[in-house]
Amino acid sequence: MEAIISNISGLTAIAAAIMIGLGAFGTALGFGLLGGKFLEASARQPELVSMLQTKLFIIAGLLDAISMIGVGIALLFVFNNPILSTALELLKSAH
Amino acid sequence: MASATEYIIHHLTFNNVTLNGKSGSFWSLHIDTFTMSLILGFLFLFVFGFVARRAKVENPGKFQLFVELIVDMVDGQVKDIFHGKSKLIAPLSLTIFCWVFLFNLMDLLPVDLISFVNEAAGHPEAHWRMVPSADVNATFAMSLSVMILIVCYSIGAKGFGGWLKELFSAPFGPKLGPINFIFQLIELIAKPISLALRLFGNMYAGELIFILIALLPWGAQWILGGPWAIFHILIITLQAFVFMVLTIVYLSLAVEDH
Repeated sequence: MEAIISNISGLTAIAAAIMIGLGAFGTALGFGLLGGKFLEASARQPELVSMLQTKLFIIAGLLDAISMIGVGIALLFVFNNPILSTALELLKSAH
Repeated sequence: MASATEYIIHHLTFNNVTLNGKSGSFWSLHIDTFTMSLILGFLFLFVFGFVARRAKVENPGKFQLFVELIVDMVDGQVKDIFHGKSKLIAPLSLTIFCWVFLFNLMDLLPVDLISFVNEAAGHPEAHWRMVPSADVNATFAMSLSVMILIVCYSIGAKGFGGWLKELFSAPFGPKLGPINFIFQLIELIAKPISLALRLFGNMYAGELIFILIALLPWGAQWILGGPWAIFHILIITLQAFVFMVLTIVYLSLAVEDH
């Protein structure tokens, strides 16, 4: 029984790490590209900086979204693992 | 106090009250989210209404200038993005921005503040989550309302028949009806889901990191918690702003003609 529980917990930890890690990777790439283009554009046309900055923040908020959803789901699995609850129920009812 | 995991779980549990039937049924409410949203909503209404009623043209006070700043910002965004005619959009955006900002602002309060109040009142085991936008229910409530508004604005601008026709004929042309319908449905459903989960994920992660920082020894708390709180001030404002802008964008897409 401990083997099953530790198996589930270990795999959950790896799953949470992958979710958060890949989300962070994508977001970092996205922010890098976004910031680079913003700097280029503001160097080319400094009078547009304030308008571009507003749009920068809007797109930054959109970029953050999916990785935050990933973090939310990963933390849900770490602290309130539904797979673990199902497994525990099944093990209890089997005894 | 109990172990670290119990501390975290205690701070992540909602105050769940069942009005009717058994626990976990439809009528179980997160009364902490509900109460905090009502209190913050009425706070926003009373403060802005008070300033609006006592607005002066000569010699405006600083608070009036602050409220005007916010209203101007929202007005500028609406004028930029929404090209139709509607009296609802600007007040709706102002409400969304200020209400979501107030929700998120609750995250900056100390994690154990409400625990102190609970212990002083004699209920040390009571749960009370301070941040309504860290509850999926609250964020989905707002984004589902926005989705209903999107549908209503679409029907208002195109007529019910026109809206149905567009569901089956955009973006690929009228011959590929079912494929168009699937795409339009996915687009319509993805909007509220992404709105809600974006706000929820940001606030939940922020609150969880605050709770984890609260478990550290005293010195480390200030070194880690200070920068995180400062960064979180940006996140709070940004998420409220993005929710508002996306609402305006979705509503403007709903009324535009192709």
